[in-house]
Amino acid sequence: MATVTGNRSFNSQLKKYYSVYTGGFIAFVIALAIAEQVGMSRAWIGYWFLFATIALYATIGIMSRTVDAAEYYVAGRRVPAFFNGMATGADWMSAASFIGMAGTLYLSGYDGLSFVMGWTGGYVLVALFLAPYLRKFGQFTIPDFLGARYGGNIVRSIGIFAAILCSFTYVVAQIYGVGIITSKFTGLEFGIGVFVGLAGILVCSFLGGMRAVTWTQVAQYIILIIAYLTPVVWLGVKHTGFPIPQFAYGQTLQKVGDLEKKITADPKEVEARGLAKAAASEATAALKDPVKAATDRRAALEQRVAKAKTDNAPDHVQKSIQQALDNTPTDPEKAQAYWSARRNLGANANPPRKHAEPFPGATEQARNTARLNFLGIVFCMMFGTAALPHILMRYYTTPSVRQARQSVFWSLFFIFLLYFTAPCLAVLAKYDVYSHLVGSQFAQLPAWAAAWRQVDPALLTITDLNFDGIVQLAEIAIGGDIIVLATPEIAGLPYVVSGLVAAGGLAAALSTADGLLLTIANALSHDLYYKMLDPNATTARRVTTSKILLLVVAVIAAWVTSYKPGNILFLVGAAFSLAASAFFPALVLGIFWKRANKWGAIVGMAAGLGVCMYYMCVTYPFLRDLIGVTAPIASYQWFGMNAISAGVFGLPVGLLTIFIVSLLTPAPSREVQALVEHVRYPNLAGDIDTRAT
Amino acid sequence: MELTEKHKEYWHKNLVITAILLAIWFVVTFVEGWYARELNNVTFLGFPLGFYMSAQGSLIVYVVIIGVYARYMNNLDRKYDVHEGEDA
Repeated sequence: MATVTGNRSFNSQLKKYYSVYTGGFIAFVIALAIAEQVGMSRAWIGYWFLFATIALYATIGIMSRTVDAAEYYVAGRRVPAFFNGMATGADWMSAASFIGMAGTLYLSGYDGLSFVMGWTGGYVLVALFLAPYLRKFGQFTIPDFLGARYGGNIVRSIGIFAAILCSFTYVVAQIYGVGIITSKFTGLEFGIGVFVGLAGILVCSFLGGMRAVTWTQVAQYIILIIAYLTPVVWLGVKHTGFPIPQFAYGQTLQKVGDLEKKITADPKEVEARGLAKAAASEATAALKDPVKAATDRRAALEQRVAKAKTDNAPDHVQKSIQQALDNTPTDPEKAQAYWSARRNLGANANPPRKHAEPFPGATEQARNTARLNFLGIVFCMMFGTAALPHILMRYYTTPSVRQARQSVFWSLFFIFLLYFTAPCLAVLAKYDVYSHLVGSQFAQLPAWAAAWRQVDPALLTITDLNFDGIVQLAEIAIGGDIIVLATPEIAGLPYVVSGLVAAGGLAAALSTADGLLLTIANALSHDLYYKMLDPNATTARRVTTSKILLLVVAVIAAWVTSYKPGNILFLVGAAFSLAASAFFPALVLGIFWKRANKWGAIVGMAAGLGVCMYYMCVTYPFLRDLIGVTAPIASYQWFGMNAISAGVFGLPVGLLTIFIVSLLTPAPSREVQALVEHVRYPNLAGDIDTRAT
Repeated sequence: MELTEKHKEYWHKNLVITAILLAIWFVVTFVEGWYARELNNVTFLGFPLGFYMSAQGSLIVYVVIIGVYARYMNNLDRKYDVHEGEDA
């Protein structure tokens, strides 16, 4: 029982290390806060956060370097449940969760909660259907399980293809996020930001594989959760008077509802909504020739300035028109951005949406379609969670089946902390905007709004459409990402907290990218190279191959990212739909139904993946253009379901196909049936051993 | 190796608890989502209930489901003598 005491002391040692680390990090933040008070510039605070955290991750990576296969692929299988939970949390929560989630909820109200539910409820499926059984099986990758359970290289190959397809789609979105954060907070160029971030990702996973990634992810989780909760708690105390606003924002939500009613009825707002609609259609036309349109607009405004003067219009009106004139740029690049931002005002043509109302729509049919799409996203995100290889892989790393089960609990607990905070943050921010920003004078905007409208018109544009010098809601065009980024300033916190939030966002993006790159490299080096091409390769050779491939994949991913392939949320959603369709049926039936066989798995995985990809190709605009589909989207849609939820069709088709084809072909061999029995019991007397070394 | 009756009973109990927890998961996810509009007519802790469940209530149920499963199965392993060696 030497390992027992070994594991125990390892666990308590880890607790000591990470407590000291957390204390050290807090001390670091306090030191920077003091430095800010005595005059350190904002740019330097940004650099400190960026380079200190990346150096920290690199140090952990170098300390955990290894050439041992079990250490490299599954961190030596001795990650305690609690810490594996934290690592999974960081692995799971990406830039989209950290930066994007609260913004999506701000903009789409109840309907945005489909992601909150989907990205948490999926862990129920992981716990009940997969984690303990995969741990008992105890090899290195998900294609490993498919290969052993169904036999032969075809299933493994489909597994490799699907693992790479969904992980790569996902990793591009992460690197994109890294580029945005580093460029925004340090002023580095987007491309350079991507490569600085990439260096941070690589030093860690390159040297130590899963072992380094695990211990870095624990460190990253601690940073990201501190960064997310600090400003929200502060803002919560301001609006609810209660330090755990997650439980108290019901009152704030009611106040937001009252403000929505007031704003909907306010005649000034009605006027501004009409003007917003007109401004948006003007901007759409102007984008054909931005400079000429801007010049025309300046001329028109100059006349209005002169007319206001001769009419002796009130002072603030004259000022507003003058300011509108000053804000109209004729420089080609700025004019382009100016009109693009004004086009976004089109969203303000309608009264504000009711935050707590599910599935709004003009007709009963539209409401029902919205409901189906909501449930469709929930479905795909949940089953995708329970099928994404980089998450499932984490449950190979615990010391036992027992701890694998506990580990799913800790994973969801740590994820829950962020996900139940995001809807709260969205409501608090909305209350702040509706009550303080709306109705304030243009000459005296709240400090955060005045600062952010200078940063990027896509994040925040405020235009005095009716020249009354007062901000109406319909005059504000807001980009979702600003909610998390500006919260520290909305709450009136010093800049150091903004730096902390940026470090948190970076930790979220880097940790997810680490896990994904490792998954791709392992699929290639372990599954393709070692298991299929060269089964006699030595351990050192396998690990080296994996490291080289990691580097190659990372560079390709960064190269694809530099093309900025837009819409992050769709990329992420697509990865989930693909994973759900390809993996979930084969994995779960492989454990729960002994009769499932090789041919069922081959045809079923291909069919599920095929249906899912087909549906995306004919209903998602970017892909439609790529392959030249011209007939209207609606004619391809089934039940009005959006492309992101293609897994709603892929998964059942896959499940049904495995079922039917398996029954039509011979039952699997006795050895395979023994394997299924093996994974179902944590410990059997006289059992086979499937653990890989 | 041959599985004993006891082993089969263990697996059966596992399937039963899995089915029960899955049913709860289904109700707080899809039934709740389907009727969210109707649930919003009820107020809970100052929230409309439909909103509260999707933003927080269902999430808490998920955490509890997983906790209950881990506890139940880890005890069942011992009871049916299929547990692993001590591991701290």
